[in-house]
Amino acid sequence: VTKTILSVDDSASMRQMVRLVLAGAGYQVVEAADGAEGLTKAQSSPVHLVVTDLNMPKMDGMQLIRSLRSLPSYKGVPILLLTTESDEAKRKEAKTAGATGWITKPFRQEQLLAVVKKVLG
Amino acid sequence: MGAAEEAAATFRQEAADLLERLEQALLDMEDAPANRGLIDTAFRALHTIKGSGAMFGFEEVAAFTHHVETAFDRLRKGEVEPNRALVGLALKAKDHMRSLIERPDEANPEAGEAILEDLAQAIEGQSAAPVAPHPSGDTPTNRQTTWRIRFRLPKDAMATGTNPLLLLDELRGLGDCSVVALTEGIPLLEDMEADACYLAWNVVLTTEQPRSAIDDVFLFVLDDMELTVEEVHPSSRRIGEILVERGDVSSQVIDEVLAEQKPLGELLVGAGHLSEQKVKAALVEQAHLRQASENQTADKSADSIRVSAERLDSLMDRVGELVIAQARLKQLTAISADLHLRSIAEEMERLANELRDTTMGIRMVPIGSLFGRFRRLVRDLATDLGKGVRLTTEGEETELDKTVIERLADPLVHLIRNSIDHGIEQADERAAAGKAAEGEVHLAARHTGAQVWISIRDDGKGLDRARIRARAEEQELIEPGAKLSDAELLQLIFHPGFSTAKKVTSLSGRGVGMDVFKRTIEGLRGVIDVQSQQGLGTEVILKLPLTLAIIDGLLVRVGTGRYVIPLAAVEECVELSVADDVRSIGRSFLNIRGDLVPFLRLRELFLTATPPDPYQKVVIVSTGDRRVGLVVDQVIGDHQTVIKSLSKLHADVASFSGATILGDGSVALILDIPHLIAFGQGSEMRLQAS
Repeated sequence: VTKTILSVDDSASMRQMVRLVLAGAGYQVVEAADGAEGLTKAQSSPVHLVVTDLNMPKMDGMQLIRSLRSLPSYKGVPILLLTTESDEAKRKEAKTAGATGWITKPFRQEQLLAVVKKVLG
Repeated sequence: MGAAEEAAATFRQEAADLLERLEQALLDMEDAPANRGLIDTAFRALHTIKGSGAMFGFEEVAAFTHHVETAFDRLRKGEVEPNRALVGLALKAKDHMRSLIERPDEANPEAGEAILEDLAQAIEGQSAAPVAPHPSGDTPTNRQTTWRIRFRLPKDAMATGTNPLLLLDELRGLGDCSVVALTEGIPLLEDMEADACYLAWNVVLTTEQPRSAIDDVFLFVLDDMELTVEEVHPSSRRIGEILVERGDVSSQVIDEVLAEQKPLGELLVGAGHLSEQKVKAALVEQAHLRQASENQTADKSADSIRVSAERLDSLMDRVGELVIAQARLKQLTAISADLHLRSIAEEMERLANELRDTTMGIRMVPIGSLFGRFRRLVRDLATDLGKGVRLTTEGEETELDKTVIERLADPLVHLIRNSIDHGIEQADERAAAGKAAEGEVHLAARHTGAQVWISIRDDGKGLDRARIRARAEEQELIEPGAKLSDAELLQLIFHPGFSTAKKVTSLSGRGVGMDVFKRTIEGLRGVIDVQSQQGLGTEVILKLPLTLAIIDGLLVRVGTGRYVIPLAAVEECVELSVADDVRSIGRSFLNIRGDLVPFLRLRELFLTATPPDPYQKVVIVSTGDRRVGLVVDQVIGDHQTVIKSLSKLHADVASFSGATILGDGSVALILDIPHLIAFGQGSEMRLQAS
């Protein structure tokens, strides 16, 4: 079964990057440009993994994580942070909010794939 | 445009915008040096270019920008004040970045270095730090260490998307792993939260990876979990010692309980010193350590014993007989109602198969020894011909039956000679074709299913199809203008009588011809595939069976006789409908999903007198990309076939490559597929000609 990954980022080039790497590895990638759109897309059809940026207009990543985790169908679905925030505090806050793991930008293509495989199997 | 180019184009576009913004900020900065906002804007632009540059594969951009960013970080922190000179340098740096992004081929690295140096000097009178090397990953230490890993995940780990099974899989990926789950923490059903993680795990892992690899597995949960990782030494193997070392129980307790003479673990549990689970975990660890140390000892003594090939052959013969006897037993017991007898027969079958595999394994040797012999050959040939040729090899560890390897030596020499003599061009010719001066001959071996593929590839001029056709017509091997598929055309080089090269050199054009080569490979039940691209090179792939002694076959019946078709050659079985049968008389073609496949009626070929079965079956067989259907009366099923060669008297009989003994003791002949295919395709050509 092809696994579906939701990529939420306000930067078009970052979304394209994520799609390039993950679609190339055989995943199906759904994109959203901010947290609000991400939440709508996640609710409209279930995904296996959410990869989200933190700083976004409308709804930021932190709020997206909280909203997703409050949905019964998104308990247990891995959520990865894709963020330039290298500081511990933000990461911890996101973890408490329910994030599964993170990858710090900039990353190499194979690093992204390795982290996705780590949480998706 | 591919996805990668598309992404790179996006990056270029984004970078162009950012560079524009950077330039504006720098120019404004010149007029308003005190404006912090401008410095921040410039810094953010640099930071983003660096980040996405690294991601999109613009390594040099990222490395260069990193240094500029470092300089601007000092500005941002107020340690250095912007001035006209600094802005001038920053503008130069920006121009260099633009050229790195837009015309990387024309960018001048020295100029970049100079800019960085000036910039660093302007900042603090120091030279630029050398470009930081990429962080290298952990390399295996090559030393096996056994780790005891005990962990308990945070209770909400599963709810937040961590899958403990994946973590265990990752640990298993690191090395030999024994896992025990500790279930003591599981509450009563009514108190249990469905998505909480109550389990803890004890893992004993023997790995060459460094300790940090274990931490990496737990990277995302490290902060909130309980994790202890300790090195254990295989020497401490007694359960009591392990328990004490693990801190599960004190040595005093051990001594006390040891006084009574029952199994220690049982005693400890019985005496209430620790739970059954902990003992179980320690026992698993003990077993793991014992295994690890045994493996190490085995590694040391795994070297070799020399055994004469004759003994191996006779062992193989005996095993062959055993497999036959076993097949008879299986046939007998299949109709027996005695369950005991049947279970013994099944057990025997399993043992016989394992014995067969082990015995075949003994005969296997890595092909590397054969490849090694060609190094000198290539060197000498290349020197003689005044050509630069490099030999590269791949898959030396691929194992193949010793007999096969020995019989391969000459054919391979022949192919390599051909490659170097006819394939690879002289250096000036190569230069004219835009190739590296040194030619390459690549030998590769690999397993695919029950076959080994050996490929000999060169990057020479490739086969000249027009010349092959011309020579074949000249020598009357084909009708002038005959329609041939590309594969058929290339196969012509193996035709007897074709090989006489126009110019006989000291190397090729004498000795073994390509037809002899082909016969040798077919004698090994192998298939030859030729691929060639004019100007780019030629690749010959030999597809050989793993062993010569035993094959999986498809047993079929034609009239009253039974025959074996090597399963590797079988593509599919279809029914020959009465309509097809009638329609095809005198034409012998079958439509297989749009492809016309010629077929042979084995009944006619073998002059069978008995009346045919009402429903004839067609077994489609192939070598390489040529297919032929064989019409049989009945497809009986798969049959493990021990190949017996035909007697001298029958050795010349075409259509058969050997014989085998069936479960009931009768003999079945093994069909020679390459011969039958050639025959079938031949009849197709005859038909087309008429």
